[in-house]
Amino acid sequence: MAEALGCRVRARVLIRPKAGILDPQGVAVERALPALGFSGVGNVHIGRLIELDLEDPSQLGPMCEKLLANPLVEDYEVQLLDGGD
Amino acid sequence: MSETAHLPTLADAIALGLTEAEYELVCEKQGGPPNQVELAMYSLLWSEHCAYKHSKKLLRTLPTEGEHVVMGPGENAGAVDAGDGLVCAFKVESHNHPSAVEPFQGAATGVGGILRDIFAIGARPIAVLDSLRFGEPSGARSRYLLDGAVAGIGHYGNSIGVPTIGGEVYFEAPYEQNCLVNAMALGLAPRERLTRSAAAGPGNVLVLFGASTGRDGIGGASVLASAELGHEADGGDKRPTVQVGDPFEEKKLLECSLELLDRGLLVSLQDLGAAGLTSSASEMASKGEVGIDIEIGAIPLREPGMEPFEVMVSESQERMLCVVEPANVAAVLAICERWEVSGSAIGTVTDSGRMRVLRGDELLGDMPVRALVDDCPLYDLAPERPADPIYPAPHRTLEPGTGTAETLLALLGSPNIASRRPLFEQYDSIVQSRTVRRPEQADAAVLALPGGAALAVSIDCNGRRVAADPYRGAIEAVLECASNLACVGAEPLGTTNNLNFGNPEKPHIAWQLTEAVRGLGEACRALSAPIVGGNVSLYNEGATGPIYPTPVIGMVGRLPDARRAGRSGFDPDADADAIAIVGPFQPSLAASELAKLHGEPLPDSLPEIDIDAVRGAQAAVRDAVRAGSLSSAHDIAEGGLAVAIAESCLQGDTGATVDLGGGARGDAPLFGEGPGGFLVSGPSEALDELSESVRVRVIGTVGGRSLRIAGHDAELSLEELAAAHGALAELFA
Amino acid sequence: MRFGVLQFPGSCDEQDALAAARRVGDAELIWHGDRDLGAVDAIIVPGGFSYGDYLRAGAIARFSPAMESVIEFAAGGGLVLGICNGFQVLCEARLLPGALLPNANLRFTSRQVDLEVLYAGGPFTRACSLGETLSIPAKHSWGRWYADADTISAMDGAGQFVLRYAPGENFNGSEHDIAGVSNERGNVFGLMPHPEHAVDELIGGSDDGLRIFESMRMTVEAGGV
Repeated sequence: MAEALGCRVRARVLIRPKAGILDPQGVAVERALPALGFSGVGNVHIGRLIELDLEDPSQLGPMCEKLLANPLVEDYEVQLLDGGD
Repeated sequence: MSETAHLPTLADAIALGLTEAEYELVCEKQGGPPNQVELAMYSLLWSEHCAYKHSKKLLRTLPTEGEHVVMGPGENAGAVDAGDGLVCAFKVESHNHPSAVEPFQGAATGVGGILRDIFAIGARPIAVLDSLRFGEPSGARSRYLLDGAVAGIGHYGNSIGVPTIGGEVYFEAPYEQNCLVNAMALGLAPRERLTRSAAAGPGNVLVLFGASTGRDGIGGASVLASAELGHEADGGDKRPTVQVGDPFEEKKLLECSLELLDRGLLVSLQDLGAAGLTSSASEMASKGEVGIDIEIGAIPLREPGMEPFEVMVSESQERMLCVVEPANVAAVLAICERWEVSGSAIGTVTDSGRMRVLRGDELLGDMPVRALVDDCPLYDLAPERPADPIYPAPHRTLEPGTGTAETLLALLGSPNIASRRPLFEQYDSIVQSRTVRRPEQADAAVLALPGGAALAVSIDCNGRRVAADPYRGAIEAVLECASNLACVGAEPLGTTNNLNFGNPEKPHIAWQLTEAVRGLGEACRALSAPIVGGNVSLYNEGATGPIYPTPVIGMVGRLPDARRAGRSGFDPDADADAIAIVGPFQPSLAASELAKLHGEPLPDSLPEIDIDAVRGAQAAVRDAVRAGSLSSAHDIAEGGLAVAIAESCLQGDTGATVDLGGGARGDAPLFGEGPGGFLVSGPSEALDELSESVRVRVIGTVGGRSLRIAGHDAELSLEELAAAHGALAELFA
Repeated sequence: MRFGVLQFPGSCDEQDALAAARRVGDAELIWHGDRDLGAVDAIIVPGGFSYGDYLRAGAIARFSPAMESVIEFAAGGGLVLGICNGFQVLCEARLLPGALLPNANLRFTSRQVDLEVLYAGGPFTRACSLGETLSIPAKHSWGRWYADADTISAMDGAGQFVLRYAPGENFNGSEHDIAGVSNERGNVFGLMPHPEHAVDELIGGSDDGLRIFESMRMTVEAGGV
């Protein structure tokens, strides 16, 4: 399995809506929380999480630009995780 | 771990839902105690959900034959002749308990399941309708269930490209702990493509295709579907066994299945639903009177380390099972691959009459097919009319004696009557380009057929009225469907039903079930609308009591000219159309929506029904609609005449003036309910002609921008009516 | 007049688009895996849920072999119409500016909407008049069109705003109520509402959508863009 594919890195990509663009999902959650008894919560934004194993972490940027995120309306953040799974 | 290493005990059997007597019978059929795989399979196939233990004998009393019936009950769906070499397949099914646990996925997979039943017999799904019941929307939990169920139905139907064209929803306290989510689907097929599910031909190959098998819904059928909810302390843990649906996968599965059938490559086809492989394979074998060997190792798994019994009872969605002659297997697998659907040969048809589960040479389970499928004990019901009321009176939300205008607004805004637009706007009702009448345009949905004719379909049941009088209430549900069809000009072809009831082992519930089936049968016979298939969902009760007895009826009809499909709204461009009540309408406040708003307890019976007179009125309205002589036709239902008039005004965006005459006293004439009443509009000459075949009572004229009811000090603008009618919008804000 | 209608796994309204196009000319389906579009005069990228709307609506479909050919076809001036999911695919493929986001009301919404014609000179609306109202059904959950301020003013100046939701009809929150846009050259057009579902008064009460297909035929018969 893992041995045959060489050294594999585990990466996590966080995709967020660009600041300034209306995020109705974030707004909806922010409004729902007080009704459940949670006060003092603001600035809620909802994005996506992608996790993957890959051999060449330098590919992550191009992968995000090309497919994983839509750079017109989304920002992305790449995290390399220690150890891999 | 070897399956035979430790034999399950009686206690295990009882935990899986079998009674002691049933377990003893299984041991007898097996010639000894069953092992884990065998017990799991028996417990599912002998569950209420799969075996219909308490209802099968009763269901045999229903009419199932008729001139239009092409496929009756017993297959995945029923089918009627739609004309021009086409058949219309249809059926309704429930997914009540899963929806109470996880409403989005429960409702979504309910739609997925009923769609598979349609294409399993070779028909292309062309429409979905939903029938929902929740507690009062003032409760947060009911709003949560409503929101999730509607979103789930929309998600699945919209994604797979099948329009959701109609439905109904009721809010009543008895459904608070036991919501109902029933889904009906229709399909079209050239008659030659209609397919049965019986496995045949020893030596033929069993091919499983579709999604891989995981742990979805393990134990679902016996643990969830037939247990009373609310008694388990760990209610939250039910979630891991919920099935998750993937409409994208099912779309590929649908196209793949239809292509396999079009190419004549299949001996038989079956979908996997409740109890997964266990029920599908066993039922195929039972119908064909053959045996089946299943190789566990050949089944593609989504999760590692699944035990054989888990594989056999998994309810992973979007899977089909077919029987293929050996020479065709390669072609079948190639077509699966082209549709990006996984396909695997997983077993063989034998002449042993036994269901055998193998892992290589190891025999993990060996059961006689007949014992599994046919020998489950059937129970007689012990009905007893309840001496005391079962249901508490509804809460009063309107003072008796309130004026007509305010009463009408209260009814229009009440949850059972208010516009369902916030729900149906979440459904794509137009994909496939057949929809001639969309929701709220007419009393029934209408779908164009190639060649100019059209199908019409309606789904109905007023559970509270059935609770008041199960026999007459069930008759009313059937008549309601047929009246809705008549209003668009359609004649009934056939019926499907989903019987949603409480615990049938309790005598008063057995009485409800027996009486409702009696009424259902009588009405279907009288209307020549036989039952071609259906579903039963029992044990819908919790700590606070049973649901209202809810025999949901779905009826399909045909009209010869789609262009003449009727509408429910007054015509704003007509020159002062006359408005009339047509038919043997005898309004009564018994079990009406107004009585509910007033907080009145259920009456202990409904008024007598003259089925023949109602049928005659339906025929007269239908003929008038077909002739194109009426501007509108609308069945008078919940809320009575005044609500029907208001609805026709809103639909047509035009007002009306009505006068019931001096003799009309009290609330009954305006707000009373009962079968056989139609509100129609059209030129006076058309109504004169109609009066030659049915009772017609002209009560007013179309026109203006408000609804005026003479003698009742009631004048409401269209804006006021619309504002009240839009009450449900806040539930989806 | 030959239309090619793309078909992806998960396309729903491709049959409806095919039937609508056939009222105006010849039309065939093009499987997503085929690079060869055939000798078509116009391409329609239809509605539905290609690839289940996984990741983002249209994000996976845009990389199909057929779409690569469509990008070349568009570069050469061929007419390309993207409807609903098709509009999403064209934005992901950068054939049209902007992006489609989830509806502001966060729900799938199916409704007949009135659209105002903002530009009637191009290949997709020449059969309409400026300012005319078209009644066409919309049904989607990811239909909020967005572009940044600079893009919007450039598009406005270049006449790329083709259709706008009439007042009160914009349920998805699209910027400036925009319902349909074209590229700078004018040969690629995308809209969220479904003109293929407004081609027959019997089915839905409006045949205003036919005008868009007729405009395309008129353009091709007149020799192109």
